[in-house]
Amino acid sequence: MRLINRRPSREAALLLAVVPFVLLLLLYLWASAARLADNPADKLLPWPSAIIEQVRVLALEPDRRTGDVLLWSDTAASLARLALGLALATVVAALVGIAIGLVPLVGALLSYFVAALAMIPPLAILPILLILLGTGEASKVGLVALGTAPVMIRDLALRVRALPEELIIKAQTLGASSWQLALRIVWPMAAPRLVDALRLQLGPAWLFLIAAEAIAATEGLGYRIFLVRRYLAMDIILPYVAWITLLAFASDRLLALLSRRLFPWAQPRA
Amino acid sequence: MSRIEVQGLWKSYGDRVVLERVSLVIEPGSLVAIVGASGCGKSTFLRILLGSERPSRGRVLLDGAPLPAEPGPDRGIVFQRYTVFPHLSVLDNVVLGLEFGKSRLLGRLFGARRQQAREKAAAILARVGLGHVLDAWPHQLSGGMQQRLALAQALIVEPRILLLDEPFGALDPGIRAEARALLLELWAEREMTVVMVTHDLAEAFQLGTRVLVFDKVRRDPQVPERYGATVTYDLPGYNRFRPRLERPLPHASLPATGGF
Repeated sequence: MRLINRRPSREAALLLAVVPFVLLLLLYLWASAARLADNPADKLLPWPSAIIEQVRVLALEPDRRTGDVLLWSDTAASLARLALGLALATVVAALVGIAIGLVPLVGALLSYFVAALAMIPPLAILPILLILLGTGEASKVGLVALGTAPVMIRDLALRVRALPEELIIKAQTLGASSWQLALRIVWPMAAPRLVDALRLQLGPAWLFLIAAEAIAATEGLGYRIFLVRRYLAMDIILPYVAWITLLAFASDRLLALLSRRLFPWAQPRA
Repeated sequence: MSRIEVQGLWKSYGDRVVLERVSLVIEPGSLVAIVGASGCGKSTFLRILLGSERPSRGRVLLDGAPLPAEPGPDRGIVFQRYTVFPHLSVLDNVVLGLEFGKSRLLGRLFGARRQQAREKAAAILARVGLGHVLDAWPHQLSGGMQQRLALAQALIVEPRILLLDEPFGALDPGIRAEARALLLELWAEREMTVVMVTHDLAEAFQLGTRVLVFDKVRRDPQVPERYGATVTYDLPGYNRFRPRLERPLPHASLPATGGF
């Protein structure tokens, strides 16, 4: 049988999916063991037991200086910034994206402007944000929002323009005003795409958040990683990176689930 | 019911002439079927009546007044595809037409007024044979049911003119016959003028009180886009059922207009 026609069973597919993760783990264990054999005090590739002990301290014991349990206070701070920044970007994208896509006059006014904004590397404006908004929460939330909003606006505007013209005309023959058309037809039909755009922006949002926290913060997952980097504390950095990955993955799945619940009509025929 | 008067209509896109010298009068209450080859401009003509395209030259009068330059609730439309809103249930697709007119700000009715609108919508859905699927999503309906939903949706706002762009073109033959019969009944029940574009000649004569054939009368083999189509035949259809007309239609006895 040809290779392209050989399909794994459910169990085999699951097994295959696990293989790369296991390989990576084995590679790490081998490298860690080799380094520890040379130098038992090596800090670069700590043995899993050392990492687990460190995670236990981070997740369960209050910090001696602040009294916070670091993992949870860092997570809460980062998630709050991320959620606020993404919420801002989503609201702006919904309003501006629909206006650009639906109203030709607004499109003529703003579509090139937003396209130009989207080309600015967000990290290049981080210094500007730090100068203008200070080193508090506003600059970090602002970077997440500014970094993700232009792409979401453009995505939604394209989506609105791609709606079948027949439906827009049909709504007008039913007596819809421009406003009613936006509210009852275009917004609900574009909403699933907005959730998809949000999911795709989760990765960039984490990037901007960690960059902002690395430069100016007093707590947060990105702040912690860059703080302990000075002590080569790989036993903290590695679990933090894994934790961030898990959070990002979980929020993506959560949004996908939300989309299926909210927009049953947009799902492919069962 | 409305009288449509088309005077010296031309439509061109750049150098490409689609329609030329179209002049005709559509009497109130008639069911006009427009036939012609693909690309002959019959759908363009329909979109001009709809208001989503504007004539390059000439004008269209609706009961003596110039046609509004955008689609409106006086002219309903049923397209061949993308006819209903996928994000609304069958019932809400029809209720929508009542909500737009009665709730300017939200486009949505609540409480007793919503209940009233739902009952009115349910009645018309029952009339087109969709009374049993009010809560279904449009994608759960067959093609024929979707077109019947589109008809109900267009009729709830009581348009004076109903425009149909190959409404049954994508349906299976048996379903198509049912849909045609339904259209005839609805037309007979209501005071409305119907203009239907089709590429099916038999359908045009079966349904129409009048059949217009669009074709080019001038051709340039080197530059086919030089000349547009016009009405080459203007014939009475087999549909003799004119329930609400006070006087006989004059066009039936007139010779074809617009041709050479």
